Amino acid sequence: MRIELTVNGARRSDEVEPRLLLVHYLRERCGLRAANVGCDTTSCGACTVLVNGRSVKSCTMLAVQAAGQEITTAEGLAAGGEMHPVQEAFRQQHGLQCGFCTPGMVMAATGLLAENPHPTETEVREGLEGNFCRCTGYHNIVRAVLAAAETMSA
Amino acid sequence: MIPAPFEYQAAESARHALDLLARHGDDAKVLAGGHSLLPMMKLRLAVPSVVIDIGRVAELAGIRADGDDLVIGATTCHADVAASGLVRSQTPLLAYAAAQVGDPQIRHRGTIGGSLAHADPAADLPMALVALGGFMEIAGPGGQRTVSADDFFAGFFETSLEPDELLTAVRVPRRPGPDWGYQKFVRRANDWAIVGVAAAGGRIALANMGPVPLRATAAEEALAGGASAADAAALAAEGTEPAEDIHADRAYRQHLARVLTRRALEHQTG
Amino acid sequence: MSILGTRVVRTEDPGFLTTGAVYTDDVVDERLAGACHVFFVRSPIAHARITAVDTSAAREAPGVIAVFTGADLADLAPLRPPMPDLVDGRMAQPLLARDVVRYVGEPVAVVVTEDPYQGEDAAELVSADYDPLPAVVDMTAAADDPPALLFPEAGTNVTATFGDAAALQPGLFDGCEVVVSRTIVNQRVAPAPMETRAAAAAWGDDGRLTAWIPNQGAQGTKGALAAMLALDPSSLRIITPDVGGAFGAKFGADPEHAVVCWVARQLGRPARWSETRTENMVAMTHGRAQLQTITIGGWRDGTVTAYRLEILQDSGAYPRFGAFLPALTILMAPGPYAIGRAEAVARSVVTNTTPVGAYRGAGRPEATAAVERAIDLFAAEIGRDPAEVRRKNLLPRFTEPHRTAFGAVYDSGDYVTALDAALDAAGYASLREEQARRRDAGDVTQLGIGLASYVEITGGGAESGAPRENATVEVHPDGSATILTGTSPHGQGHATVWAMLASEELGIPVDRITVKWGDTDLIPEGGGTGGSRSLQQGGVAVQQASRELLDVARERAAAMLEANPADLVFEPERSAFEVAGDPDAAVPLATLAAEERLVVRTVFIAPGATFPFGTHVAVVDVDTETGKVVLRRVITVDDAGTVINPLLAEGQRHGGIAQGAAQAFLEEVIYDADGNPLTATFADYPFLSATEVPSFELADMATPTSYNPLGVKGIGEAGTIGATPAVQNAIIDALAHLGVRHIDMPASPQRVWQALQDVPAGKDA
Repeated sequence: MRIELTVNGARRSDEVEPRLLLVHYLRERCGLRAANVGCDTTSCGACTVLVNGRSVKSCTMLAVQAAGQEITTAEGLAAGGEMHPVQEAFRQQHGLQCGFCTPGMVMAATGLLAENPHPTETEVREGLEGNFCRCTGYHNIVRAVLAAAETMSA
Repeated sequence: MIPAPFEYQAAESARHALDLLARHGDDAKVLAGGHSLLPMMKLRLAVPSVVIDIGRVAELAGIRADGDDLVIGATTCHADVAASGLVRSQTPLLAYAAAQVGDPQIRHRGTIGGSLAHADPAADLPMALVALGGFMEIAGPGGQRTVSADDFFAGFFETSLEPDELLTAVRVPRRPGPDWGYQKFVRRANDWAIVGVAAAGGRIALANMGPVPLRATAAEEALAGGASAADAAALAAEGTEPAEDIHADRAYRQHLARVLTRRALEHQTG
Repeated sequence: MSILGTRVVRTEDPGFLTTGAVYTDDVVDERLAGACHVFFVRSPIAHARITAVDTSAAREAPGVIAVFTGADLADLAPLRPPMPDLVDGRMAQPLLARDVVRYVGEPVAVVVTEDPYQGEDAAELVSADYDPLPAVVDMTAAADDPPALLFPEAGTNVTATFGDAAALQPGLFDGCEVVVSRTIVNQRVAPAPMETRAAAAAWGDDGRLTAWIPNQGAQGTKGALAAMLALDPSSLRIITPDVGGAFGAKFGADPEHAVVCWVARQLGRPARWSETRTENMVAMTHGRAQLQTITIGGWRDGTVTAYRLEILQDSGAYPRFGAFLPALTILMAPGPYAIGRAEAVARSVVTNTTPVGAYRGAGRPEATAAVERAIDLFAAEIGRDPAEVRRKNLLPRFTEPHRTAFGAVYDSGDYVTALDAALDAAGYASLREEQARRRDAGDVTQLGIGLASYVEITGGGAESGAPRENATVEVHPDGSATILTGTSPHGQGHATVWAMLASEELGIPVDRITVKWGDTDLIPEGGGTGGSRSLQQGGVAVQQASRELLDVARERAAAMLEANPADLVFEPERSAFEVAGDPDAAVPLATLAAEERLVVRTVFIAPGATFPFGTHVAVVDVDTETGKVVLRRVITVDDAGTVINPLLAEGQRHGGIAQGAAQAFLEEVIYDADGNPLTATFADYPFLSATEVPSFELADMATPTSYNPLGVKGIGEAGTIGATPAVQNAIIDALAHLGVRHIDMPASPQRVWQALQDVPAGKDA
């Protein structure tokens, strides 16, 4: 069936089968491969994108459910060649190592800060409970989100 | 990892959804936020041939006050229930329960109706509804009916919904104030409860102590008879035969039920 | 100004953060156009004879190109155990199971489809008949009283032995005032990198195979695949895309990788495979899985005089690198302690479970966990502070290499300083006061303080061969540079650090230096990345190559400037050679590459393995009513020699600490008695999130090694080695006053609660 939606500000119209997962639609049909598939139980969050500004695990959403919605991926955060403050903070704080969880982590953090612009460390950790990282031990990820919060509220 | 193929129908109204259910019956599953159904379909534990999406039916969403109750549309997501000023002030136990479900991403999509219809005995919303003495509003070919939370959960992942019925809203009594408690014992933040307890107004509901959310009736009776929180809680596991799994054996679950009930009766959240 | 030792942010990151890194499943390449998709059918039963595999229904399913079973792969070699001299080579895994399946998840058949979604549909239609055999799940039974032999022709389930059990001295503990013995578990865990396994394979018209595979060393992967596919190595090219974590489980190649390559050749079109998480949890090698009997003896004044470690290693169904790891455990058995009499032996056995491989630390966390538990048991028995018992028994500071009775040569060590620094940073005395206050008050939540002092071996692990690494450095006429390295980073940041090392020598900015790895046509030799070898071998090689390049450049500069080479000075700030005392008589380095390539390849040969060391302190809250553990603080001193990039070194420590802590109180791979895995998803396996760990407190200590010009050792695994026992000891410490002496890992709430219940009954003997 045909769906129409907006991805990173661009309108799209695609023919999809009902069971196509949003994450695969983004990766294979839109060529936006930053979002990754890390599990099959909606646990790890590596596939996190924003749907109408809210963080969602795109592996647990059908592309057909996204019809008429606005999707933002990590590729859509950077504007005009400049990284988004959350992305820049991840770099400055060494909040990524292998990078596999990173786009999802960045989108979850962006969604978190949109809802809570001044989180405490505990609120950051709880806000990222749906995003797994095996490399960093979360220490620098938390610092990155707190640093981004400061930059964005300045 | 991928659902088996299915036919997709987007319902345009509650009436339309009921028509589709009438047509497809047992072959169909209702999709709202998809965070109970899609995980099952991805593991192929559920293989409906038709999926009826009610996610865009406006009349099924929303939160309003109605006399002594709050009425919450079935497709209202957990994040909206948790953030609702009305729910937080009028029935804070429900707002708290909604905030415990999964993680932020899950709460942005998962719905109260979907969670209740899924009827996982370890989940937050079924336990909360039983503790609050809430009601399910159900639409079917024969019209509307209302079922109490105590009667709604029929068995392990089973409700009293007929295949051609739709859960349209949830009705909970207003229960403002701090006299409630909620305990969700987990090893990791976004796990289901190994054991959960919700207590309010003399009612005590237990999660993951049986195939459905249970009432700790012996403890409730003791409480009603004037027993202290500690003494009542000592009876919390009476009559329960909880399952054993990798997280807990029977004796430990029953022990947790007693400890967490005491804490919930002392109005603690955790 | 030296760039070394400064916090340089990574050059890799802008791409990783905006468009994402390019992992194997992301690779878009014209050679893979029209690729078919591979999906594995796996055994649902732990031990059985395969009596039939019916693929007829699957062949008719939509989009199915072919279905293959073990019979189709008869020409291919099995995956043989490593170290054939040490591990029974007959216990080899066929690429697809033929007559017998030996673990749940073992590949049995493969379905090839046009579209990836169709593979899962068709796989459900493959119908295999299994005739069950007794499942061997308990490793002790597997060794001593097996319900079945996994390889009847071997006559035993024991695949390897290390040390001589007959040579254990019955009188080892004679003269000890106190002897404590216990059998403890170092449980099976899943490496669970965020990127699962994958492969993409294409055969060219020239008959050569190009395969994209996430790995820890393209050269090792090439060798492994060549063996399984019976190919001349020259006909294979391995390309390593970005890798989403590995932790020891992506070395070499697995049967699935070979099958994907074979499918591509068989069908004459490219083939791709990407594993689901559920497959990964049962079919990627697991880690740890040792049963350890520790016996420690000494005097009441705290002196440890004797220690024995007996290991039973669960190898899983087919011996992989895990079968060999007890050798490393034995090597490091006494840890940083001066123990007069020590001995260790091990046996590795096969069981009907997932094969066990290397996992961050690979044999050394097991050694540290054993001796650190033993020290605490001894301390508890004699009623002394575990910090004091450690201080009393740690080897005193040494700067000359120290050979242990187990044959390890520790290059340098200052263990007591590390212990004191960690205790100081933790505020140890205040912690003990708080603990005492809570004990006196009978608080529900008790405080536990745990220690672990460790020394570990890096850069000498047998998996990477002899301690050497190559590097090629080239300066281009436009002033940029390219480095080719034999290491294989998967998050460690070599692109940045190797560039820093070259930048330091050559004066070229880091962002003008490109680092390449992981293409066997470009870099035929290399030891990959693992065993914390990369900086001390690969990084040093980059420095060496850069210096050798300057030697070559100096000669060219001398000719160009008509000067004596000895009169020239290289100014890194200008990246140019100058005549001493005459800055205007200068030639930039880049200019010296204009007429003839300016490139040097070198091999750095290390004198041996190095031995980083440290102490970890963990602080936990334990809810004595529910058994729940909350990790409050982890304070570490990890001395791995000179620190080249503190930002990255800290990141390695953080990640290791989290994984190490997770083993102590969360993670465990569980099988039921029939060999069915019960923790095969991220919902069931308690992979930790940010809410389960605090921010970590890292104290600095850097004792350079004399083994390389940089003075560096390896930092990558220290976290897992120190944190696991520190956290385990902390949990037990919290309940010590209630009579608890030991709790096996993971200290789940149920285990903690059970330990408290067992005390009055005297079960905790």
